[in-house]
Amino acid sequence: MSHVSTYKPSTGIEKWLDKRLPIVRFGADFMEFPTPKNLNYWWTFGAILAVCLVIQILTGVILAMHYTPHTSMAFDSVEHIMRDVNYGWLLRYVHANGASMFFIAVYIHMFRGLYYGSYKEPREVVWMLGVVIYLLMMATAFMGYVLPWGQMSYWGATVITNLFSAIPVVGESIRTLLWGGFSVDNPTLNRFFSLHYLLPFAIFGVVALHIWAFHTSGNNNPAGVEIKDVKKDAVPFHPYYTVKDGFAIVVFLILFAAFVFFNPNSLGHADNYIEANPLSTPASIVPEWYYLPFYAILRAITFDIGPISSKLGGVIAMFGSILILFVLPWLDTSKVRSMRYRPVARMWFFLFVIACLALGWLGGKPAEGSYVMYAQIATAYYFGFFLIILPLLGILETPKPLPRSISESVLHKSAKVETSAAPGAPAAAE
Amino acid sequence: MTTSDVSEDGEPTRRDFIHIFGAATAAAGAGAVLWPLVHQMNPDASVLALSTKEVDLSSVPVGQAIKVMWQGKPVFIRHRTPAEITEAEATPLSALKDDVARNDNLSGQPEATDDARVTASDGVARPEWLILVGVCTHLGCIPLGTSAGENRGEYNGWFCPCHGSHYDLAGRIRKGPAPENLPVPPYQFVSDTVVKIG
Repeated sequence: MSHVSTYKPSTGIEKWLDKRLPIVRFGADFMEFPTPKNLNYWWTFGAILAVCLVIQILTGVILAMHYTPHTSMAFDSVEHIMRDVNYGWLLRYVHANGASMFFIAVYIHMFRGLYYGSYKEPREVVWMLGVVIYLLMMATAFMGYVLPWGQMSYWGATVITNLFSAIPVVGESIRTLLWGGFSVDNPTLNRFFSLHYLLPFAIFGVVALHIWAFHTSGNNNPAGVEIKDVKKDAVPFHPYYTVKDGFAIVVFLILFAAFVFFNPNSLGHADNYIEANPLSTPASIVPEWYYLPFYAILRAITFDIGPISSKLGGVIAMFGSILILFVLPWLDTSKVRSMRYRPVARMWFFLFVIACLALGWLGGKPAEGSYVMYAQIATAYYFGFFLIILPLLGILETPKPLPRSISESVLHKSAKVETSAAPGAPAAAE
Repeated sequence: MTTSDVSEDGEPTRRDFIHIFGAATAAAGAGAVLWPLVHQMNPDASVLALSTKEVDLSSVPVGQAIKVMWQGKPVFIRHRTPAEITEAEATPLSALKDDVARNDNLSGQPEATDDARVTASDGVARPEWLILVGVCTHLGCIPLGTSAGENRGEYNGWFCPCHGSHYDLAGRIRKGPAPENLPVPPYQFVSDTVVKIG
């Protein structure tokens, strides 16, 4: 919900500037933005993600000053960063673990959106921009993982770029275009470095659109009902949520620091400390943990579907599992946003979370024996949740009564309580 | 000749024409500018210069195999023994998972007989020399079996350790997730002992 600007330029300079470039007004309005007063800690991950992006860009720009994107020097230059560059070990460990932290935060952020129906009218564009950001993050992280030119870098890049060859007719040409040669080689490393530097700024731009979009529609909230009375239902973003987000960021950074300083390699793969060798494949190629659910879906399609080969089918399922999120706002037919008031949908949702975690676990296992069958079951549920369960539940499920306002949901835990909230009553904690 | 912008019979006017013409010219210009921006990503002259490779085979004794790099990929060259040739030739097509020859030296989609797997670009089959691109057709790993002592799989050819694909003595997929036979690169014998790959 766009709100009326309450900014009054007080000094002469501000008055002069306000007529020419109202940037102070922009900042003041941003801080004043009326935000639902019932946001819980799941809502702090937006701010945490913004911090992650800034950390990645800062450390990444510095690492690029010491890194050499050439197949004969890339691996050595990373070791040079680790051993010779002042605090190079810190910068690289923050950057490498920062990617994992970024994905932990984005997955929580996405599941929060799913649970509270943040993708529903009028926030479809907010959600779709979020999916674009997520896709850009995946591409950026993939190309970043190639840069150290270790065995996992090289073979991960080989497996992922080979996926494109499954596309009928033009697949082989696309793969050659991506490689700039006939295999993953120096031209590939060069362009991945260039794009790895570029894409975070593209992410930054889409994040700006994402924020603009929800500053137009207003934040969703745990009750899933819109702000009716700004005085009763909302508080200004600053200081209420700057403080709450700030506290969450500190807690998150403690976890971040625990990885950087005590377990800096626990989320990576030991084989990436072996220099890339095009003539020798590691015993098993495992992607970074944040891709594992999709890797499991890719490998779950072991059968041909009509004219579609199992290889192409796997690629379609893998990309489809993310692209399906774009149409989620129209697949979910229920008008009720928050699953707090959807007891049946909530059970299916938790089952969906379990399916995603199971896929992540299975993606790290060899694709043989019963692992394949489990991955097929979880994949079927993943798609069934979006394509069958959510469309049907909107028709079949009887939701609990909704609170009449955010204020009422905060002051009375039960929506059945009739009395309306007294103005100025202190907000109860969630 | 009318000077009006709008024609009364609905025909495009001179102004419509100039709009369409202008937009079409701009689109053609945009395409012409876009193509270099895309095509620069394709293999460059220095990469293409390395797209063929000559290999001297005189140092490969019968029963052994070597690995050479061609276009950034390993190429397996096996000097097969008479027994190996007999075994590969005796394999019926019905036992194959992929019955297409996958030989760049042959046009069309010939069947994956042993002869079709060892035919050079001059159309001559040389059963003693088996030449293959050593990249698993599943997800691009390098199968084992070229160097002495490596696991050659259940069909005595190559074995991919990544996801367990077994290739036979003609590089044909026999078991495992790989969909296709190991491809035969284009090659020609420039002399009895020198082969040019690519």
